[in-house]
Amino acid sequence: MNHVVKRFGDVVANDRVDFSVARGEIHALLGENGAGKSTVMSLLSGIYRADSGELFVHGERVRIRSPRDAMQLGIGMVHQNFRLVATLTALDNIILGEKKQPWRGASWKRKKAKEISELCEQYGLQFPIDAPVWQLSVGEQQRVEIVKTLYRGADIILLDEPTSVLTPSEAERLFMTLRELKQSGKTIVITTHKLKEVMAAADRISVMRKGRMIASLDRKDTNAKELAELMVGRALNDAGEVPAGQAGAAIMAVQEMTVLADHGYRALNGISFEVKEGEIIGVAGVAGNGQKELAEAIAGLRSWASGTMTCLGERMEGASIRRRIDKGISLIPEDRMKSGLAGSLGLVDNLMLKSYRGNERFRMGVLRNKDNERWAAQLIDRFDVRTPSLTVPVRGLSGGNQQKLLLAREIDQKPKLMVAVHPTQGLDVGATESVHQMLLDLRDSSAGVLLISEDLDEVMRLSDRILVLYGGNIVGELSKTEIDKDRIGRMMAGIGDSEEAAR
Amino acid sequence: MNQETWAETVNRKIRARENAAHKPLFTFSLQYDPAKKGGGWWVPLLSIASALLLCAMFIWANGMNPFTVYAKMAKGAFGSSFGISETLVKAIPLLLCGLGVAVAYRISVWNIGAEGQLIAGAIAATAVTVYWPDLPGALYIPVMVAAGIAAGAVWGLLTALPRTYFGVNELITSLMLNYVALLLLDYFVFGPWRDPEGFNFPGTPIFSLDQQLMTFSGTRLHYGLIFALAAVVLFSLLYSKSRWGYEMKLLGANPLAAKYAGISVNRHILLVMLISGGLAGLAGMSEVSGVSHRLMYGISPGYGYTAIIVAWLAKLNPWWMIVTSLFVGGLIVGGYSVQTIGLPSSMSLMLQGAILICLIGGEMLGKYRLVRRGGSGK
Repeated sequence: MNHVVKRFGDVVANDRVDFSVARGEIHALLGENGAGKSTVMSLLSGIYRADSGELFVHGERVRIRSPRDAMQLGIGMVHQNFRLVATLTALDNIILGEKKQPWRGASWKRKKAKEISELCEQYGLQFPIDAPVWQLSVGEQQRVEIVKTLYRGADIILLDEPTSVLTPSEAERLFMTLRELKQSGKTIVITTHKLKEVMAAADRISVMRKGRMIASLDRKDTNAKELAELMVGRALNDAGEVPAGQAGAAIMAVQEMTVLADHGYRALNGISFEVKEGEIIGVAGVAGNGQKELAEAIAGLRSWASGTMTCLGERMEGASIRRRIDKGISLIPEDRMKSGLAGSLGLVDNLMLKSYRGNERFRMGVLRNKDNERWAAQLIDRFDVRTPSLTVPVRGLSGGNQQKLLLAREIDQKPKLMVAVHPTQGLDVGATESVHQMLLDLRDSSAGVLLISEDLDEVMRLSDRILVLYGGNIVGELSKTEIDKDRIGRMMAGIGDSEEAAR
Repeated sequence: MNQETWAETVNRKIRARENAAHKPLFTFSLQYDPAKKGGGWWVPLLSIASALLLCAMFIWANGMNPFTVYAKMAKGAFGSSFGISETLVKAIPLLLCGLGVAVAYRISVWNIGAEGQLIAGAIAATAVTVYWPDLPGALYIPVMVAAGIAAGAVWGLLTALPRTYFGVNELITSLMLNYVALLLLDYFVFGPWRDPEGFNFPGTPIFSLDQQLMTFSGTRLHYGLIFALAAVVLFSLLYSKSRWGYEMKLLGANPLAAKYAGISVNRHILLVMLISGGLAGLAGMSEVSGVSHRLMYGISPGYGYTAIIVAWLAKLNPWWMIVTSLFVGGLIVGGYSVQTIGLPSSMSLMLQGAILICLIGGEMLGKYRLVRRGGSGK
């Protein structure tokens, strides 16, 4: 790729980007959110067309004008959000685009099934090929996507943020697969903003920042710290230790909480814990062990099967969402655009979401437009939300700014208890740092924080106490001084301390 | 081995395809744009234009000049003070019902039962005249208005309750309740309420003057117009300035976020259906009290359905609904006037249908964008 430029309106997503990948390597494209990584991928796979610049594949100048062109050149793309038909089987999904065969009889399908299982075998990509895709785990779906590109003859496989949807162990497995693909001569390009993965898996690394290509390095010649600096564009002060909070009186006590999941099985199995003012309680655990249900049950979005919740002296387990909000319980939801923000509305409307019932927003039932705008502008300033104006739909903001907006709204409510679910998921280094600081400031203002996150480093760094969830039970509780990554890791995998001792 | 490298082969193929596609006819293509949410203000205008064009072909096939027909319609609807007042008379129930369905549509509650709610309101308003013949004169209109709104609201509630408590699809219940209301109407006008001196005409006796809405001097245009305009102002003020309006906006934009903010979605569905039904009920009241001055068979020529077109043409905006209700009202009146040149009055029904189809199609196409093939694209 030579001097490639891509504009979206006034925004230059890629500014004279040069990018090259050698055959048979795993190349990581690193950068913060909005640095232009996905645009590069989309240009290579024919989803967008460059405004200017040249593309070369195997030394030949090419023009890629559609995904079909890209496919003919042997470039296959695995999108961040999979492009699969949920009700069809894995096999049907893979052969879906096949145009040469108008009649798809049983024998033809058997032949294809055999062909595809061989392909899977060859690269060690396991998934049930006859099961409908909606029954597959996210990791398996991703494997279907990879096999789909291979089946269509891809030589160069592009993966956009492949690990953002995976659990750590699934991510590990993905990297093993990628190495295997590399062994057999395929070229792999991944985009990511996770430094750890880059250092673990890539052969060569290109760093992008604000639409420009900053550097291209061999992994051997660099280290995580240098990459982080290149990515953010300023020297990072080492994450460092966080001073412990001053725990005070209990804000919330949960006794024997049992909550059912969507399919009726017990997601939480009679757990009990306490959150005190001035402390951050981290909840660690592999995804799907009850974290989501825990957050929803506390916020009132999911009903309790049994158990009690006492919040500042009041029984709350059966209270409405609204009463919980009034009581000072705040939730940072897992998916900010799904339930936390209204994407088509502007910033002011989104900031009013929790406070619109109060008299500060309405005078005698009439909206106080001017006052609200002033208030919103001041919040946006205080929490450093970058936006072209107060009225643009928040859908158009970057992920980091959306999250800062959400936190600004919640913190402005002066919550007593904040439940934060994956608060930094998908955020770049800078935004993550600000979100962490906001949570710590909130703690220091003597609120309690329940931090539910899959990022173990985040949980360990911020928490004053850590609860480990496994199979809907609390299998371990550690204070800040006891925090030990290996021990937590064992607990997360369901190997308790006692079993450990017995071995 | 082939002398061409594979990349050359591919390039050649692509170039060949490019050249083949270089005729001007194919230089534009439609691409789905997930970021776009339907079309803009031009969609209603364009769909009206294409509906007129579509129907012009039918008229032409019938051996008439479409221009003369359309001119005749326009003249019938807007060309005389009589025409204009008739158009306004039709626009009143359309505007009230249109506002009603728009309230519901804004939070994706698909009320298509405005017709039944209108009839329920008409029946209830008439019931006041039938069962309380001796009220003090000045009380009649307020009581009839209240009865009409209440009956329409109850009819709306019949749809809302199953929806909120059992998840019954409101499209089906609201549509079916239209027929229930229609049969109820038939029962009353053919049965107990029939005017004994009406020569078997299926209708109640003519209302007394106290029971009739006043009219503007010398026309059939009645004071229901004021109800309708007041409803527009109230609707838009509440929507932009009140807490309820904010909740509605949020529910329309993202129901999950509204739930997360502690807003009860079910309460809003109930409320919205009450308002929706109430407005249609008011339309029914103003029809019997202001236009026909009695309850009679076929009191509504489908205002409740036509109002759906009024609402969507205005993109659910109350102020624009004044314009679209006049336009559609004019279409109905214009339909009558083409009868004199030998076309059936169902001309206007055909046009309404064509507009709705083009509108829905236009909204869908609005999610796509036109892309120039070759060159850089947009």
